[in-house]
Amino acid sequence: MATTAASSAPPSGGAQVWLKRLRSGDEVARLITLVFASIILVLTVGLVYQLWATSSMPRHKFGFTFLTSSLWNPVTGQFGALPFIYGTVVTSAIALLIAVPLGVGAAIFLSELAPPRISSLFTFFIELLAAVPSVIYGLLAIFTLVPLMRDYVEPFLKKTLGVVPVFGGAIYGFGYLTAAVILAVMTLPFIISISREALLEVPTEQREAALALGATRWESTWQAVVPYARLGIFGSIFLALARALGETMAVTMVIGNDPSIHASLFAPGYTIAAVIANEFAEASGDLHVQSLVELGLVLFLLTIMINALARLLIIATTRRGSAQS
Amino acid sequence: MKKSSVWLGVFSALAILLAVAQAKVLINAAGATFPYPIYGKWFEEFARKNGDVQINYQSIGSGGGIRQFSEGTVDFGASDMPMTDEQIGKFKNKPLHFPTVLGGIVPTYNIPGVTQELKFTPEALVGIYLGKIKKWNDPELTKANPGVRLPDNEIVVVHRSEGSGTSFVFTDYLSKVSPEWKSKVGVNSAVSWPCGIGGKGNEGVTGVVKQTPNSIGYVELIYALQNKMAYGWVRNSSGTYLKADLDSVTEAAASVANTMPADFRVTITNPPGKKAYPIATFTWLLIPSKVEDAGKQKAITAFLHWMLADGQKFAAPLGYAPLPKDVVAKEEKQITLIK
Repeated sequence: MATTAASSAPPSGGAQVWLKRLRSGDEVARLITLVFASIILVLTVGLVYQLWATSSMPRHKFGFTFLTSSLWNPVTGQFGALPFIYGTVVTSAIALLIAVPLGVGAAIFLSELAPPRISSLFTFFIELLAAVPSVIYGLLAIFTLVPLMRDYVEPFLKKTLGVVPVFGGAIYGFGYLTAAVILAVMTLPFIISISREALLEVPTEQREAALALGATRWESTWQAVVPYARLGIFGSIFLALARALGETMAVTMVIGNDPSIHASLFAPGYTIAAVIANEFAEASGDLHVQSLVELGLVLFLLTIMINALARLLIIATTRRGSAQS
Repeated sequence: MKKSSVWLGVFSALAILLAVAQAKVLINAAGATFPYPIYGKWFEEFARKNGDVQINYQSIGSGGGIRQFSEGTVDFGASDMPMTDEQIGKFKNKPLHFPTVLGGIVPTYNIPGVTQELKFTPEALVGIYLGKIKKWNDPELTKANPGVRLPDNEIVVVHRSEGSGTSFVFTDYLSKVSPEWKSKVGVNSAVSWPCGIGGKGNEGVTGVVKQTPNSIGYVELIYALQNKMAYGWVRNSSGTYLKADLDSVTEAAASVANTMPADFRVTITNPPGKKAYPIATFTWLLIPSKVEDAGKQKAITAFLHWMLADGQKFAAPLGYAPLPKDVVAKEEKQITLIK
């Protein structure tokens, strides 16, 4: 309290000015909102502490091999996180590979090219999609996506690209690729919705200036509008990534839940969130429970690392780019 | 005057409320999901007969039930697997196991073109789940199923993805019939499966099996019955092929009733009985041997007596196999240990 007061008040006649600000309500509002904002920090720190504290057994027993071992056997009490880290990263990466071009493309159409009436109609449907519970997506995936992938998409990929080990191997319909596709479907509404908002924020002058210089509609969109809205579009992608990394229900229903690493994208795999959801309630013994908690910690760190990388990417591209005013 | 009479009214109302609340014995329990339908029915019926007792049951799973019971957050627990010595060791007063009903686990499959009911030898089930029997026309399967045209297709193996009592019983069975399974995989609610796809819950396994041609999975008998699923026959220890039903599951318990340990901590897979279905299990209530609250102690023992007598009649209509008589008699004796 004392430090915040000192830092907010100017050095000359500090106390009196501060009192005046307090009376006028500014300082009260500042302090109250500061408390609200710091809740986020407290929650994050508390979460990490709790995860750290309740995973002491596997941390001491396995150390760093927890991250590099691909053995997960509750019977013998051996736990390694690698297959789950691999599955989480692979499914999320492929999901974004599919969802980002589609989502940003759709957002460009809705904000720049579509008539307003159509745009608002589409937006309504997108918001509807974002509100569908993930278990519904999972059920849809089991009954429609899995047979589709098994009978058409994966055999086609195997026939055309089968020489690459990624598209080889037995086809079940349940596996990394199906999970990635359902994740792409689920993250698409977020990317479209937020990217569209960001594109709509771009001042009309930006477009007009480009058009006045003789740019076509597409050139103005691609070279003047999209770079201007870059931060918002990146934001939508990171939100989508966070959703993909942590998505549980839909993924566990279609990924096949096999804790081992396969080169083929058709093979069954596992993600961190899925194994926690599957095994936590019925975990046998403290080591098993704590290993699952440590997996939670790993997921948290993974999210932090990916977020940090994303920030670096933004900084790098913002310096290089020039459209940002 | 007026004011005081209002207060009097409020106080007397509070007093009545308190009296009602005190007269009612509230018991909290948690555990296995498999027997939840019959437990729900039992607790409801029991509360109807004994208006002063209310039992609140949360079906959170066997592992969760054992954990909450160990931590004392519930009055009693429920589980599809017996507690281990290590788990029991944490108690000051040894908890008691009371078998309530029985369940069976059946192999269910989806092979396009095959309409006959398949017969499985124990070796076939072990081989399939170890990933050694890879195709449906493997000799181990065709030998047991003469007259069935089994296709030359790869078997897609399906198991439970989450820890579950069903997996415990199934792996317990496979361990009893195969030393190789016992040493390579072992027995647990969650194991490191040598092959296959994991489905979440009975419904998840069913979903994957129904969606995947040439697949095999295992589900609880009651679940297969309710969903009218095709399931196979399994050869028992005396060489008879049996289809799981309430009689053959009850028989599994009856055939080991005499050799059962006194504390009922026993798995009844692969029993000796000729008419006994080999993949069957008890489901247990976990009761503390010392109940501090006299009212609760009375209510729990009354419930156990009722469950073993009248309660058993509710089992069959709901798809659960009732306890054999010998086991009921043994349990009646164990009730006296609840102090």
